[in-house]
Amino acid sequence: MIEMNNVTKTYKNGVNALNNIDILIEKGEFVYVVGPSGAGKSTFIKMIYREEKPSDGSITIHGTDLTTLKEKHVPHLRRKIGVVFQDFKLLPRLSVFENVAFALEVIEESRDVIRKRVMEVLDIVKLKNKARFLPDELSGGEQQRVSIARAIVNYPRVVIADEPTGNLDPDTSWEIMEILENINRNGTTILMATHNREIVNAIKKRVIAIEAGRIVRDETRGTYGYEK
Amino acid sequence: MMKQGGPTAMKSRTLVRHGKEGMKNIGRNGWMSFASISAVTIMLLVVGVFLLLIMNMNHFMSSVEEDVEVRVYIDVTASDQEQEELEEELKQLENVDSVTYLSKDEGLDQLINSLGDNSEAFESLRDENPLNDAFILQATSPQLTENVAEQAQELPNIERVDFGEQVVEQLFNVTNILRIIGVVLVLGLMFTAMFLISNTIKLTIVARQKEIQIMKLVGAANGFIRWPFFIEGLLLGVAGSVIPIAVMTGGYHYLYDAYADRLSLNFAEMLPVFPLTLQVSLVLLGIGILVGIWGSITSVRKFLKV
Ligand SMILES: Nc1ncnc2c1ncn2[C@@H]1O[C@H](COP(=O)(O)OP(=O)(O)OP(=O)(O)O)[C@@H](O)[C@H]1O
Ligand SMILES: [Mg+2]
Repeated sequence: MIEMNNVTKTYKNGVNALNNIDILIEKGEFVYVVGPSGAGKSTFIKMIYREEKPSDGSITIHGTDLTTLKEKHVPHLRRKIGVVFQDFKLLPRLSVFENVAFALEVIEESRDVIRKRVMEVLDIVKLKNKARFLPDELSGGEQQRVSIARAIVNYPRVVIADEPTGNLDPDTSWEIMEILENINRNGTTILMATHNREIVNAIKKRVIAIEAGRIVRDETRGTYGYEK
Repeated sequence: MMKQGGPTAMKSRTLVRHGKEGMKNIGRNGWMSFASISAVTIMLLVVGVFLLLIMNMNHFMSSVEEDVEVRVYIDVTASDQEQEELEEELKQLENVDSVTYLSKDEGLDQLINSLGDNSEAFESLRDENPLNDAFILQATSPQLTENVAEQAQELPNIERVDFGEQVVEQLFNVTNILRIIGVVLVLGLMFTAMFLISNTIKLTIVARQKEIQIMKLVGAANGFIRWPFFIEGLLLGVAGSVIPIAVMTGGYHYLYDAYADRLSLNFAEMLPVFPLTLQVSLVLLGIGILVGIWGSITSVRKFLKV
């Protein structure tokens, strides 16, 4: 369960990215976050895994209050949340396999478990045959799928994806959606920022629309909106 | 709900991973690593030389200090009665530990013995002993020797009072100067070495700042990120102590074989090779490790706030 109460975020440079956000996302929900570029979607998402701290208000994830969470416990929070970053954030010197394995190394999984589980998720994102490649040797879409594989490898309770289909062709996009729906079916909460109108309108889920840092719409089986 | 992060023991495979990472870092910054190791090497060479010097000086000092005594030569005209009075008065002086009588014949024996090979020339003196009978005074501590000598000087029936003033003072001075030079030089070099190591590691970190941020975002704890750098510093320190330990041990061995006999003929005596070289080796290794770790800690700390 993710809960935000009256959350406001003002960046150091004075940009007011979010204003008085109140939201409640139940365990197992699938939520799209939509809105124009610069609306505050990424900021909203970054607060959840504590890349950014709110300037005001409070956030609670699975009973943990992030406003009082001690710095040394932040890693534990992040291990429970799988994040697909808008800019992938792959480690450039590590192979595809090692990048995905890293999320398990930090929790000191055994080599055998790591090998097995990493190959499993690489299979899911269809990158098994590129396990040894470096991120630089992959296309944008392939890098995005590595990022997805890393996000789900540790069976997180929540997967947060910032435009996970942003760099993908339509076919691959649908495949990615299938993956996310699958893990959602197993009870994982999914939070996905997207500009993909087609997907939002086809796979009907809860839609939260953010504009200029405020939630302007929150529909249980919503549409993308912003129709021409 | 969230697992609380108490300090859990690191699994050995994780340590192995950190070790590999640390070594990779050293390879990636080849030249800076080389410079750091060289700095540690030079610093430890100097530390080693000074340690050997100072420890030998200390050893020498303490053996000399034990020997420091005041010789009160009795006036030849003094009667037995006066000699006994003098002995009593000497015992009454402040800071006197012991008073022993040394006849002029015993004194000559001592002198001849101490001359070793050159003693024959003096054998002829036995018939006409030029020495006086004397009292040997031991001060309660070596530093008070001069004070005891001054007091004794005031007493009657004394021909002259002798003590190794120059030797003692010079030794104290030399050792003190050595210590000061050693400490200043060593501290200066230690900071240089630390600075270089910390800069080497900073290079690694700056180059990898984005990576560190990514690692943190996917759940790596600070310790996990810090370990490889910690090991990098440690390895740089250890690598830097290899040559100094070898040179110091080998060199002292050589010097000892070459000079120990000759020196002990005179008054000085070298400390034996063992355990001295082992002790100094351990100290050098310890300083190397310390400097390495210190360098890495100072450079990593401020980069971990993501
Ligand atoms: N680190 C930062 N420092 C300062 N301002 C920032 C920072 N990150 C984002 N902003 C500002 O906050 C506002 C919201 O940015 P955000 O990245 O959340 O938008 P977004 O909805 O994700 O946009 P997009 O759809 O293009 O990804 C923007 O005006 C942006 O300039
Ligand atoms: Mg964004």
